[in-house]
Amino acid sequence: MIEIKNLTKKFDQFVAVDDLSFSVREGEVLGFLGPNGAGKSTTMKLITGFLSPSVGTILVDGNDISTNPIEAKALIGYLPEGAPCYGDMTPLEFLKFIAEIRGFQGQECVDRVQHVIREVELQSVCMQSIETLSKGFKRRVGLAQAIIHDPKVLILDEPTDGLDPNQKHHVRELITNLAKDKIVVISTHILEEVTAVCSRAIIINDGKIVADGTPAELESQSKFHHAVSVELSTKHDLAEDLAGFPNIGLQEEEDNVYTILSKNGEPIFSEVSKIAQEKNWPISEFHVKRGQLEDVFRSVTQSSREIS
Amino acid sequence: MKNLGIIFKRELSSYFATPLAYIFIVIFLIVNGIFTFDLGGFYLRGQADLLPFFSFHPWLYLFMVPAIAMTLWADERKTGTIELLLTLPIKLSEAVFGKFFAAWVLTGIALSLTFPIWVTVNYLGDPDNGVIAAAYIGSWFMAGGFLSIGSCMSACTKNSVIAFILTVSICFLFVIMGSPILLNSFPEWIPQFLMDAISALGFLSHFDSISKGVLDIRDILYFTIFIASWLLASAIVIEMKKAN
Repeated sequence: MIEIKNLTKKFDQFVAVDDLSFSVREGEVLGFLGPNGAGKSTTMKLITGFLSPSVGTILVDGNDISTNPIEAKALIGYLPEGAPCYGDMTPLEFLKFIAEIRGFQGQECVDRVQHVIREVELQSVCMQSIETLSKGFKRRVGLAQAIIHDPKVLILDEPTDGLDPNQKHHVRELITNLAKDKIVVISTHILEEVTAVCSRAIIINDGKIVADGTPAELESQSKFHHAVSVELSTKHDLAEDLAGFPNIGLQEEEDNVYTILSKNGEPIFSEVSKIAQEKNWPISEFHVKRGQLEDVFRSVTQSSREIS
Repeated sequence: MKNLGIIFKRELSSYFATPLAYIFIVIFLIVNGIFTFDLGGFYLRGQADLLPFFSFHPWLYLFMVPAIAMTLWADERKTGTIELLLTLPIKLSEAVFGKFFAAWVLTGIALSLTFPIWVTVNYLGDPDNGVIAAAYIGSWFMAGGFLSIGSCMSACTKNSVIAFILTVSICFLFVIMGSPILLNSFPEWIPQFLMDAISALGFLSHFDSISKGVLDIRDILYFTIFIASWLLASAIVIEMKKAN
């Protein structure tokens, strides 16, 4: 379990992380979202002990990262942003180095390296120096070093950034497989990733938490949650038909395409379909929309920016 | 301690994975030869010792050692691997010492490859081999002193060229500290004890006696403390500057 209490990090006058408190349990895959410069990477650097907090504590399985750094770091696997690796080494040498530092020796060290090379599919390039590898392979080398010791806590800073769709899919699959009895924290600004792999999402902005919940919960905060999309074949005045329903709003997207919004967050599909039948709408398409994480992301990160 | 060894091994092998180590060693040997035979007049002196060889070492190290020290930390910061290294379960001191020892051993290898000159002087005459052995040890310790400055300067910046220039400048200061060039330029009102203190801090006063075969424990202690202080400074700078 990771427990973060009142975490604050200041760089001179600039407050990068502002009084952050949350905890993550085993089995949770936490998506850490936020616009660029919101403090995602700084928070990750604090959790992994690379930076020390100005105020606050971070406990990794009961070990304080500031006072017990070695024990805490031993529990963590970390993929820094951009997956930095020693370019002059081959993946094989590099992973062997990491395995040795992680305390594996002899045959076990060899086995670990072989296992992790298979797991992230590096067999074809493991004798080539890392600086000659493509971005996707470099990212996989970075991922391999993070999981080589089967860590309890896995912290991945933008693990799929710059990968092609197949590689992204592969990395997500890998994360899902690994996540069972671990704590996984992923920072990303690719929102589809959160829906794909995360069991919980935290959105931060200007160093503060602005939303926290399961992806489904966050999606339900969207104004498009339970909305109904309607496309008409000929012109028809929907506004007049819907005028008598206070919990229903109307938004015209383009000619003859409308989104009917639920103002109180309740499902309105059956109500709208009844009205449509009664009023004989010339419907060519009719479906329920799901709330989009993107809308929630935009609304929570922009509104707090406007206030400040 | 185990981690120190692992980091040392990685660093040293990374010197040899690129042409860096080979280029360093070859140039070190060539320049050493030029200094000894052309400028030092090794044959003309007609004496069976290696004084002309060793007396140029401070000036040789002045440019050669910063060239290997400059990448020690600057490259780690530039490529971001410092974040990887310092989030592994190791102590910062293990990383600082591991890197330093790897570079120091590289200079040691280069220095030991000058052995043909030792063989030559034994072939030509009958030198005092104890003096030569002491001078080799002293020279290696002095290289360590240069390197420790380089480690600290390399930690100060992401740019290894800047690290190189800073290291050369500071090393130059320490080389001339004990020499008349600097001492004569001080105004007369500076008290003698201060002048003595400054010259005692310089490399030359310590290396001169070692190169003449006087392996005084105080000189070795001087270089050891010197190295330890600069490495401590490196650790502090790394800790302070790793955020940017």
